[in-house]
Amino acid sequence: MSNQEQTASAHVHRDDEGSRMGMWLFLFTELILFGGLFFVYSVYRYLHQQDFHVAAKSMNVFIGTANTLILLTSSLTIVLSIVAMQNRKKILSLLLQGITVIFGLLFLVNKYFEWSTEIGHGNYPGSPELLSQSSGHILFFGLYYVMTGLHGLHVIIGMVIIMFMIRFTMKDIITPDSYVKLEAAGLYWHLVDIIWIFLFPLFYLIT
Amino acid sequence: MDHEEQVEHTSHSYSKYFLVWLGLLTLTAITVTVAGINLGDVTIAAALIIASIKSYLVLTVFMHLKTESKTFKVFVIAALFFIIISIVLLFSDYGSTTI
Repeated sequence: MSNQEQTASAHVHRDDEGSRMGMWLFLFTELILFGGLFFVYSVYRYLHQQDFHVAAKSMNVFIGTANTLILLTSSLTIVLSIVAMQNRKKILSLLLQGITVIFGLLFLVNKYFEWSTEIGHGNYPGSPELLSQSSGHILFFGLYYVMTGLHGLHVIIGMVIIMFMIRFTMKDIITPDSYVKLEAAGLYWHLVDIIWIFLFPLFYLIT
Repeated sequence: MDHEEQVEHTSHSYSKYFLVWLGLLTLTAITVTVAGINLGDVTIAAALIIASIKSYLVLTVFMHLKTESKTFKVFVIAALFFIIISIVLLFSDYGSTTI
């Protein structure tokens, strides 16, 4: 625990379980953040059922589905990078981490095209077209931009974190005997995936 | 505890994760297909149930909750429990009011 102990023995004392627990506690705060938004969504959907029904029909289900598949696959690659690390395959682990970042980028590219199309249709907060619609319709698009936007921000943060993990792996800060940082990054990435698992049906499918 | 076990084993299997990934893709296909069929009120319930199953798979396998110690599981269950309480209270209010 103390520095003396660390230098005294060759075996470095550390608490990986405690580190993961810390990460989980942080994830719970993320749950509160998104949970609040999901509550807002559910109440407004309940109050404006018909408007949400109509507004959700304009969503691009194809892009939504593609992004779901991308994020699910990126969750697979990041968890496999941990397995590769456990199996002492550093290069494979690096490759899988890199693929995860690329999947994150693909997700954002899709999001960019999706948002551009919506904005092109005049569906953006405060636009004259949107303001002429019913209040439920306006709320739907407001929530759509806030929730997928906040989620997109998390994807960007997750990508930056994984890029740090790639650097740590290259510099042997993350090693087959000490990879809890990679595990924590993975946990964050999976949480982002779980949030999308709920955003996808709520905005794209339930019409 | 589990971590020490993992270090001692020489090889870790990838296949379990591929299987879960295939399961997640299948559930996505199902939820998209089901959404195409007009089931009325059941549509929302079906979509949320499938999303919950997918989350369960990610939490237990990808996030290794299955192999973590009991404390982690208790924490997650407590967090979900409070979310459920919030939803129940939220809709006991909005559900009973006509606006």
